[in-house]
Amino acid sequence: MTARRTLAAAAALLGAALLGGCAMPTIPSIQPWVKPYERERLADPIMKLSRDAVPDKHFEHVRVVREAARGATGFQGGGCGCN
Amino acid sequence: MAATRAAIGLWRRLLALLGSLLGGLLVVPSARAVDLPENKGEALIHSYSGGGVKANGPAFLVRKSILDKVSLTGTYYLDAVSNASIDVVTTASPYKETRHEFGLSADYVYRDAQLTFGLMTSHEPDYVANTGSFDVTQEVFGGMTTIAFGFTRASDTVKKHNEPEFHDTADHWQYRLGATQILTPRWLVSANFEALSDEGYLASPYRVARVFGAAVPERTPRTRSGRAAKLRLVGDLGNRDAMHVEYRYFSDTWDIKAHTAEIGYSRYFGENWLADSFFRYYSQTHALFYSDNATSETTYVSRNRQLSTFNDMGLGGRVSYTVRRVPGRYDVKLNGSYEYTRFKFKDFTDLRDGSLYGYASSVIQVYLSATY
Repeated sequence: MTARRTLAAAAALLGAALLGGCAMPTIPSIQPWVKPYERERLADPIMKLSRDAVPDKHFEHVRVVREAARGATGFQGGGCGCN
Repeated sequence: MAATRAAIGLWRRLLALLGSLLGGLLVVPSARAVDLPENKGEALIHSYSGGGVKANGPAFLVRKSILDKVSLTGTYYLDAVSNASIDVVTTASPYKETRHEFGLSADYVYRDAQLTFGLMTSHEPDYVANTGSFDVTQEVFGGMTTIAFGFTRASDTVKKHNEPEFHDTADHWQYRLGATQILTPRWLVSANFEALSDEGYLASPYRVARVFGAAVPERTPRTRSGRAAKLRLVGDLGNRDAMHVEYRYFSDTWDIKAHTAEIGYSRYFGENWLADSFFRYYSQTHALFYSDNATSETTYVSRNRQLSTFNDMGLGGRVSYTVRRVPGRYDVKLNGSYEYTRFKFKDFTDLRDGSLYGYASSVIQVYLSATY
């Protein structure tokens, strides 16, 4: 628990320091390094996690009813009997 | 309830940590605004066959934006199931039933944020599930980072055929958090975390367990909490092709631990064709109270093979053909998907001959998708 509190306090301090505009001497300010005009390839449908919601949800449904693991897929979950 | 409180506590701590980190990221101003999801229609015929189970039916999605601020999505999904699985043929009678699922969701965008509210209801003769969800995505750091978080709450009613006095409920909570980071003009990485909590009747009123060789109704704990974490890397390979690799770890309070790994490759062919392929591997350890044939009396006992030790390997692909495209106005695609999966169980036997059970399954999808 102490480690978690320390981590949370450090993160809060870092966030507050950056938000307040006071640059820390040891951490340089990081700027976005990929400009919007350089993101054409990333916007292509071939890079998407899911291009079509219904067929991907069907694949996910087939897996959830046969395997015990669930979650963190990037899709919203839903309930069904499937027992 | 203790499991639920633990999940909520973890969620609060994560939000507090996220808020602290966002304080740093938000200093980068952004003049961009996210777009609403595009207007879309999908019409799908799906078919599953494997292990004595067949499930097929149509599914539809229609999405339309209103005043460029809100986008409404309606979905319908039908599963016509005929079940003659290993459980059913060895302990009960094959049956057929139909599941209907209706969904309605609304997306709302404000500057760099997108809010999604969703409702879903699923009806089977012996199971009704109602689900509500709320998700937020927020672009930060000049659009290079997308933070996503969401919540799902579901409430189920469990009934049993030919036993009208049987009635029970199950409640589900899911809390998710994710981030996608642009690494280079060609590579993206995303991390997702989800905490899941279930409470209520989490068994099947039909399934039986085996204790000293005798069939007894399965007894399953009424609470379950799980955690899942996934890492995904996607890259453009430079020749109108791309690849992805991902890994997910899952564990829960029933002592199930699962690994999922997937690798995929996608490529355009000509102007109108796009092909995807993937290989997926999954393995899990069994639940504490799972037993193929228990040799001691315990509070909980189950022979649900979904809770056993097993692995599966799947190989799949999808082909999309652009039937017609008018840039800026609409496009229509015809798509076909197929996945073959092989299951190997390590501690679940076929009662007919005593051998370890295994089966293969196939998923076929044919669908039309259109943007307008």
